[in-house]
Amino acid sequence: MLNRLLRATVFASSLLLAGGAFITPALSETVYNRGNSADPESLDPHKTSTVYEAHILRDLFLGLVTEDQNAETIPGAAESWTVSDDGTVYTFKLREGAVWSDGSPVTADDFVYSFQRLQDPATAAEYASMLYVIKNGEEVNTGKMKPEELAVKAVDANTFEVTLKSPTPYFIEMLTHQAAYPVNRKAIESMGADWIKAGNLVSNGAYTLAEFVPNDHIKLVKNPKFYDADNVKIDVVNYFPTEDRSTAVKRFEAGELDSNDDIPTEQLADLQAKFGDQLRIGPYLGTYYYAVKTTKAPWDNVELRNAISMAIDRDFIAEKVWQNSMLPGYSMVPPGITGYESAVASYADMSQIDREDKAKEILEKLGYTPENPLKMEIRYNTSENHKNTAVAIQEQLKPLGVEVTLLNTDTKTHYGFLEQKGDFDVARAGWIADYKDPETFLGISVAASGNNYSDFNNPKFEELMKQAAAAGGKPEERMKLLAEAERVLVDELGNIPLLYYSYKNLVSDKIHGFDENVMDRHPTRFISKD
Amino acid sequence: MLIYVFRRLLTAIPTLFVIVTLAFFLIRVAPGGPFNQERGLSPEIKANLEAQFGLDDPIWLQYVHYLNNLLHGNFGPSYNLPDFTVGELFANGLPISIQLGAAALTLALLVGGTLGIIAALNQNKAGDYAVIATATAGSTIPSFVIAPVIQLVFGLTWNLLPIGGWNDGALLNKIGPVLTLSLPQIAIVARLMRGSMIESLRAHHIRTARALGLSRWSVVVKHALRGAVLPIISYAGPAAAALLTGSIIVETIFAIPGVGRYFVDAALNRDYTLVMGTVVVIAVFTILFNLIVDILYAVVDPRVRYD
Repeated sequence: MLNRLLRATVFASSLLLAGGAFITPALSETVYNRGNSADPESLDPHKTSTVYEAHILRDLFLGLVTEDQNAETIPGAAESWTVSDDGTVYTFKLREGAVWSDGSPVTADDFVYSFQRLQDPATAAEYASMLYVIKNGEEVNTGKMKPEELAVKAVDANTFEVTLKSPTPYFIEMLTHQAAYPVNRKAIESMGADWIKAGNLVSNGAYTLAEFVPNDHIKLVKNPKFYDADNVKIDVVNYFPTEDRSTAVKRFEAGELDSNDDIPTEQLADLQAKFGDQLRIGPYLGTYYYAVKTTKAPWDNVELRNAISMAIDRDFIAEKVWQNSMLPGYSMVPPGITGYESAVASYADMSQIDREDKAKEILEKLGYTPENPLKMEIRYNTSENHKNTAVAIQEQLKPLGVEVTLLNTDTKTHYGFLEQKGDFDVARAGWIADYKDPETFLGISVAASGNNYSDFNNPKFEELMKQAAAAGGKPEERMKLLAEAERVLVDELGNIPLLYYSYKNLVSDKIHGFDENVMDRHPTRFISKD
Repeated sequence: MLIYVFRRLLTAIPTLFVIVTLAFFLIRVAPGGPFNQERGLSPEIKANLEAQFGLDDPIWLQYVHYLNNLLHGNFGPSYNLPDFTVGELFANGLPISIQLGAAALTLALLVGGTLGIIAALNQNKAGDYAVIATATAGSTIPSFVIAPVIQLVFGLTWNLLPIGGWNDGALLNKIGPVLTLSLPQIAIVARLMRGSMIESLRAHHIRTARALGLSRWSVVVKHALRGAVLPIISYAGPAAAALLTGSIIVETIFAIPGVGRYFVDAALNRDYTLVMGTVVVIAVFTILFNLIVDILYAVVDPRVRYD
């Protein structure tokens, strides 16, 4: 009996091990194996929110406008567009002869349907609020109006018209976001929730979806019907979720991946030595900040908030904790947006020693000394680097008479707590640009914003933000007003900006066209491989 | 025997019910929800999302709906991976975890068992010490150390194995994960086998067998092993349930699309339906393998009867 059992198990296990087969790609195909930090939550452009999803969706779909390899806005499904004199009506001329991957034409009706679907409460789109700038958008999304009442219309099959609530100069930039991509009505209506599956998905971008095995890979193949297919050089792009950064580096080294969009930062120095130019680090539009509860004593004191901000040695944190994979930050809007000059904190130019002296002076004036310390709790979401950052700040503030305690919770608990307007002193948060405009960073501190964790509510800031919105038609004036608004935000310290993000890409020498840009966006259609 | 199995399966139903109920309410006690993330959502949009998944219903109604769906074999949609239902995620991942787990378990039983017998037959001699030393090392080095070492040595230095990925189940891609999964198990099985074999070899019927002049092979394999294998079976049952349902460490490090990582990820993401799915799957495997252990006992040990 036992012998038989043994024999059976040996046989079964050898079968199991031999179960898989090797896949070898056809020789003529150029395959790009692309590491992507996480699997997408969804491939439905209206149901996504993260940059990992955006990387893939940018290959699958083509919005009215899109981005080139430098993340500059270029015409996409729309060949050209005009804006009415008052800056509220956008008329897009769609590309003649552009088709979906099933061969049917991409029409203005498709965009009407897609924009309505984004705002339809039944879709439950996370990014619907971004396009509240469209007239009636918010009303539709909150169920006060019907989707048909959204101010979008098909003038004719090739002309799509959008009316905005008020002039919004960054509207075109916003349209590069996946929430503004078109989806195929026929596919959705005939297949329901299954429209998104490989084999069903109809898209209009440079690639179509061939396979999606969760946690394993997403295979996209070149769409021969794409209008610019002749210039698309990669035939197959495989997106591999690389949650374990160390494994990703080894897979890159072994040639299993041609690129990866992140690295284990603690190994940065070693990786630089090993990979040289293949490791690309540069400024990325994102800010790492601490929200301060501005409505609660003693944190309602601007001077106190400033003292804390001054006493934090950002150079040390950037260098020692983040191995220079982040840069010291003194403004909410990171540098890199053309035409905008960030308002940096007044003490940015002072030496750290002077800052500490000044901070000490303020704290002493307010009665806080090492003998009578100020108590401050830092909340952060689980991550080794968030912890090390908080610990460094704890050490830096100690000699100034600030007794810092740390509270770590998992990400869902952390943001759930902030959203519920929980009682805290200081809490970690981060913000990555959705589109290349200062508004994306400043909008989160407007009193009504759901992301205003600090409960910042400053009349002057609100007024300047309103004025900037009203100055939509005059870009220069608008940028100036936004900078003034940021000046108020930074001086009044709604949030403590700590670091600017950097992108950290590992890109093989074989890959070309993976050009560096502040949005860290790299559409595969512009990439080639030796 | 059949009646016994049937009765055991029947009693599993209330057990499962209690587990499902406890898990359903416990995960909801955890703060935050599936839709909390770095980018906050406005209350209206969050309400839309909750309405879409029925999370705006009172909790008792959600529970009734969940039970009803579960009885129809429907685990519901995953909140954080809405392109897939929980059923689809398991249909994709579970066969992969089972393949790796089964191979690792088989390897552990064969190699560990053999090593244990060798050690027992050479008790307190060099062979014994060698096995025990290896076993101790094997069970104390954690898999998050073993896995990267395998990647470095076999993948990067010798270029024999891929670093990671599933590659549609290619043989080479399975070796690293199976080795990592099985090494600690080999160690445990070897130690168990050594102990029980030594004891078994001292039994009266073994002395009798030897006295009757049976060959050493016959004594050890036919007679001593039968008694010695019982503790291994008790251990292998729960171990199998754990191995077949995947390991988060091995699957994450080797980038394997199994279900092991769902157990942790789902809980951290407050993906309620996926958490429930994993709980049900683990519970079913545990119940099933405990039953198998009891049946095997009856098969191996003639003294055990369930009539």
